[in-house]
Amino acid sequence: MATPLTLKELSKKEELFTHGHRMCAGCGAPTIVKMVLLATEYPVVAANATGCLEVSTCISEYTAWKIPWIHTAFENAAATLSGVETMYRSLKKQGKIDKDVKFIAFGGDGGTYDIGFQSLSGAMERGHDMIYICYDNGAYMNTGIQRSSATPMGADTTTCPAGSCVPGKLRPRKNLTKIMAEHNIPYAAQASPSHWMDLMKKVRKAHELPGAKFLNVISPCNRGWRSKTNDAITLSRLAVNTCYWPLYEIEEGITKVTYTPKEKLPLLDFIKPQGRFKHLFEPGNEWLLKAMQEEVDREWAKLQAAEKCGC
Amino acid sequence: MAKVVAVTGNEAVANALRQVNPDVCGIYPITPQTDMMQRYASYISNGKVDTEAILVESEHSSMSACIGASAAGGRVVTATSSQGLALMWEMLHIASGDRLPIIMPVVNRALSAPLNIHGDHSDAMGCRDTGWIQIWSENGQEAYDNTIQAFRVGEHMDIRLPVMVCMDGFIISHSIERMEYLEDDEVKKFVGPFKNLFPLLDLEKPKSYGPLILTDLYHEYKKAQHEVMLKVKDVVLEVAKDFEKMSGRKYGLFETYRLEDADIAIVILNSAAGTTKDVVDELRDKGIKAGLLKPRLFRPFPYEEMAEALKNARAVCVMDRSDSFGGYGPLFMEVSSALYQLKNRPALINKIYGLGGRDYLPSHGEMVFNELAEIAAGGKIKAYKEYIGVRE
Repeated sequence: MATPLTLKELSKKEELFTHGHRMCAGCGAPTIVKMVLLATEYPVVAANATGCLEVSTCISEYTAWKIPWIHTAFENAAATLSGVETMYRSLKKQGKIDKDVKFIAFGGDGGTYDIGFQSLSGAMERGHDMIYICYDNGAYMNTGIQRSSATPMGADTTTCPAGSCVPGKLRPRKNLTKIMAEHNIPYAAQASPSHWMDLMKKVRKAHELPGAKFLNVISPCNRGWRSKTNDAITLSRLAVNTCYWPLYEIEEGITKVTYTPKEKLPLLDFIKPQGRFKHLFEPGNEWLLKAMQEEVDREWAKLQAAEKCGC
Repeated sequence: MAKVVAVTGNEAVANALRQVNPDVCGIYPITPQTDMMQRYASYISNGKVDTEAILVESEHSSMSACIGASAAGGRVVTATSSQGLALMWEMLHIASGDRLPIIMPVVNRALSAPLNIHGDHSDAMGCRDTGWIQIWSENGQEAYDNTIQAFRVGEHMDIRLPVMVCMDGFIISHSIERMEYLEDDEVKKFVGPFKNLFPLLDLEKPKSYGPLILTDLYHEYKKAQHEVMLKVKDVVLEVAKDFEKMSGRKYGLFETYRLEDADIAIVILNSAAGTTKDVVDELRDKGIKAGLLKPRLFRPFPYEEMAEALKNARAVCVMDRSDSFGGYGPLFMEVSSALYQLKNRPALINKIYGLGGRDYLPSHGEMVFNELAEIAAGGKIKAYKEYIGVRE
């Protein structure tokens, strides 16, 4: 019997990702990992791409992971875990292991959308039984806030700095969740730590579906977003309620929005508290704010249309 | 009972892997290795092995997946050549740094640019500092025998390191030779069951693989890696001894051919050593004291043993089928380092031959021996490093 997804019951479960890690105060990633592991009811092996989560959780003789965990390099968490999962299948087939084991890869957006894109695509296409979870904080935060293909339009980063000629990033984000769903995998979804029940249900559902699954989770980074350390959950909630980060799932190709905001808030509510967007409020950048809102509206409309048409 | 067959190098090595029956195999095509893994894939499809294949989307992912599979706890193989090995480079360090005994036949091929699919040693020499054990093979028989022995060496509990087994692209991988296969059960018994060490799939005792280690311990970690490499020579010899008992075929750290009383000698790897042995015989027939040394274990490099074997020669040429542009060939650098420790050293020259599959002919070997004979007789060294077989 699975642990009910109530705070009372979940608080009694052992945390498999422990205190003592060295993630920044107010980082979204450790909260996400805790939620994912609390939702997981099976023995689980995790792989980690090089990045904030990895460098801060296993240092010299110290590890924050109470589960088997492997890190090899930046661009290959999916490939590495596909090897672990293949060995598991081989040993199971040969009768050398009998337990049901689940496999989860964690990678940031740089290691997932960009440098790890090929190995992720390969692992998804091969259909390894795993969930790949991207904690998307919208830039290469570990190396110091460099632009990635997940960086939102208009954001100021250290490699597309807002200057006198260029007002930050000019291109929209890559829609990785959709791209992963197009691999004909059983399940791809977006989640947010602000909506923990939704996130945990998605993890549970993904574990029960055989094959390769992809979960994209927004992960506020106060260093890169130039926001307050106690704002991670507030900001991820605003991301959802402005429809910048809609919560949805694509199961066997069928799109379902899992949470529709009662009132769709203007994008400004999400970007105003973040210093990475402050240059947008200077005279002359109004067009970019408009383009950003239009981009969110367009994507949200496309998502609703996809849900409506049952595709 | 040995079985005499006529097969290609790729076929022989694929058969060796079948006989070992590893748990996981990373498969990705690249000329001239492709045919080896294709054969292995057909063993899987036809239920001849228990292996699960990972049909990866690149060699980088192949090595990444092999690392994951090996850490998970089991026997893992893959094979590659050239650009594929180059693409793996980052992960090669991680396989050895994590002390994972992955076995990888490397069918040696030139590196681009310009693009060239033929045999030379640039690929494996390019990753000689990645912490892998490297065993080199003259012909299909040696590639087969070395592949089987590689499992015992890499998986030895005192070693636990990945091993590359090198053979020349096309010249060996695609040429049919007469060779002897061991029986399946002999190989199975020789290699033995895989012994786990800290498997990730031991759920009762969770392990973390791949930590961040900075200035506090990284230096010590790397020293430990060097120290374990120093133990490899003894294990290679111990395994070779057992292999000889089973097969009757003798292996060492390197092979010497009519070297004991040689005045002049060539040091040369892989298939070209076979050609050079013929030249040695012809010269010996003429009363010229020529000899040959063919390295087998290149990493770790047996410096003292090689110096001992070459110390009585008066002039030695190290022949490289790859280059370190602006430097000497990689094999020359090693032999030179080995000989420097001797009080009385032979004169030493370096020739670069056979790049991108350029033929190495007996006449080339003869030309080099003639030059060595002049040097041994007190002649001046004209060039320490020179390309031979160059089209004018």
